Amino acid sequence: MFFLKFVIKNIFRHRLRSILTIVGVAVAVLAYGLLRTLVGLWYAGVDRASDTRLITRNSISLIFPLPVSYLERIRGVPGVKKVAYGSWFGGIYIDEKHFFANYAVEPKSYLELYPEFVLPEKEKSAFLMDRKACIVGNRLAKTYGWKIGDLVTLKGTIYPGQWEFVVRGIYHGADRTTEERVLLFHWDYLNEAVRQTAAGRADQVGFYIIGVTSPAVAPDVAVAVDALFKNSLAETLTETERAFNLGFVSMTEAIMVAIQIVSYMVIAIIMVVAANTMAMTARERLGEYATMKTLGFTAPHIGGIIFGESVAISLAGGILGVVLTFPAAHWIEVELAQYFPFFSVSRETILLEMLAALTVGVVSGIFPTWRGSTIRIAAGLKRIG
Amino acid sequence: MTEPPIVEIRNLSKSYRRGSQIIPVLSGISFDIARGEFLALMGPSGSGKSTLLNLIAGIDFADTGSIQIAGVEITGLSETELAHWRAGNVGFIFQFYNLIPVLTAFENVELPLLLTHLTRKERREHVEAVLSVVGLTDRMDHYPAQLSGGQQQRVAIARAIVTDPEILVADEPTGDLDRASAEEILSLMDRLVTEFGKTVIMVTHDPRAAEKAHLVRHLEKGELQ
Ligand SMILES: Nc1ncnc2c1ncn2[C@@H]1O[C@H](COP(=O)(O)OP(=O)(O)O)[C@@H](O)[C@H]1O
Ligand SMILES: [Mg+2]
Repeated sequence: MFFLKFVIKNIFRHRLRSILTIVGVAVAVLAYGLLRTLVGLWYAGVDRASDTRLITRNSISLIFPLPVSYLERIRGVPGVKKVAYGSWFGGIYIDEKHFFANYAVEPKSYLELYPEFVLPEKEKSAFLMDRKACIVGNRLAKTYGWKIGDLVTLKGTIYPGQWEFVVRGIYHGADRTTEERVLLFHWDYLNEAVRQTAAGRADQVGFYIIGVTSPAVAPDVAVAVDALFKNSLAETLTETERAFNLGFVSMTEAIMVAIQIVSYMVIAIIMVVAANTMAMTARERLGEYATMKTLGFTAPHIGGIIFGESVAISLAGGILGVVLTFPAAHWIEVELAQYFPFFSVSRETILLEMLAALTVGVVSGIFPTWRGSTIRIAAGLKRIG
Repeated sequence: MTEPPIVEIRNLSKSYRRGSQIIPVLSGISFDIARGEFLALMGPSGSGKSTLLNLIAGIDFADTGSIQIAGVEITGLSETELAHWRAGNVGFIFQFYNLIPVLTAFENVELPLLLTHLTRKERREHVEAVLSVVGLTDRMDHYPAQLSGGQQQRVAIARAIVTDPEILVADEPTGDLDRASAEEILSLMDRLVTEFGKTVIMVTHDPRAAEKAHLVRHLEKGELQ
């Protein structure tokens, strides 16, 4: 009891120094937690991928199309349950800063393959019946204040012109990992327009999405599909949605690794700073520690006081950092919504934040604790006066 | 039959090493201190007074020789054993009081009692008793910085006697005080000897302080005169 009180009194002795250390640890812990969350979310796209969905694209590159005529042949492959297709539209709303994904898809099977896009039955049939219709994700609709019946105009980039769509449905994600910032419209609508303006580019799709009967058959289906179009004009590359997403992620892998390293360095730096502060503090109090030893206190008592102070300061910083993590994550979720479907900090990250703070406290306390508890009394007493 | 001396020192030697140089400080000192003595150790600066006092108080280690205190040979004790022994047998009074700045007068005096098995209530009683001996009952919630030098030294004396040790060691206890405060402290120490039967060993180079003592011994060139 006394020791706890004594440790707390000691912390408040150099109020500014302690507060700065606590804030420093808090900021480091906060940065660590946010960076870790960011890296985790980047890879989360891979994790949330379904393993019963395959994606088929042109084997040369994603930007090369495939004929829509492949549809029937893919459907014939054993193990294939359902096939949808679509094209990346790349339309711009207002200007480039208002980026969101928009695809032209074959709507019926696409929605069947993506049950995580939850749409009321009425809106769904309205969307399917109207060729100029689109559906948008809930977050996207909220961002721009779109309501059912609103007209949305996109400026085409790959497909020139102004494109108008009527919002017929607003989908919700089945869970929070679902991307809610997508606009989907009818591929037929796109294709008809292309047929009139650039007939050569008609009847082509960017990708096929294949629903397989079970995850076990997915590899065989992929091989079978690609074998079908071997030596044809447009060879295909079929892979699981997971592998497809991983392909995107691996392009940014180096950046993610760098961010991870930075997140550890932030902790290492605050460790050095805290260790220096604790060493300075303990050095100033050596005379007091020697006095206490004179009175009969032993190395474990003195060590406990110094170590306790170091750990208490760092844990206070850790708690502050954890508390700040939530509003910071919320701010990112709102401000950087186009990059992350959600930005929530996992319980594991919170635990790691506290563990990082504890490590800072322990490591920065080791040297001063050793120094203070092993001080020889006669030498320590000479420091007073 | 007379009472055996409380301190018996035989052939005590101590030297310091400074680099390759060996500085002898005490060379073969032998002397006794009687129970209830008020002894002043005098001598020029650097003569080894503090060193000798530290050895008697068990906060430094001798090279050779023996120190028996109330029948206990303390030169043979380990560091932890010495810590326990000090807590029960010696009270310390320092030149610069050595109070813990973040603790109140009460808490400073209570400090040595935390190493005992006394209850909170018992500790409070002991602390209040010794604070009244030194006349600071009304200041017990003050921090050292809020007290004068003389008052701080009285708190330190209260801390030294709160565990009721037989021996009190004081290294220049009046060295940092004005005349009036020094007088007060010396009278208080005199009272501890005459009224409470303590044995006081005081290092000083102030002749007026030495005057208050019942016995004065001089240390010079590592030997007791
Ligand atoms: N830790 C130490 N290391 C080296 N020399 C020391 C140490 N402590 C004391 N001395 C030397 O021992 C001698 C006696 O010191 P001290 O006992 O403090 O003298 P006094 O208290 O009589 O002034 C001095 O010459 C001092 O410089
Ligand atoms: Mg001295």
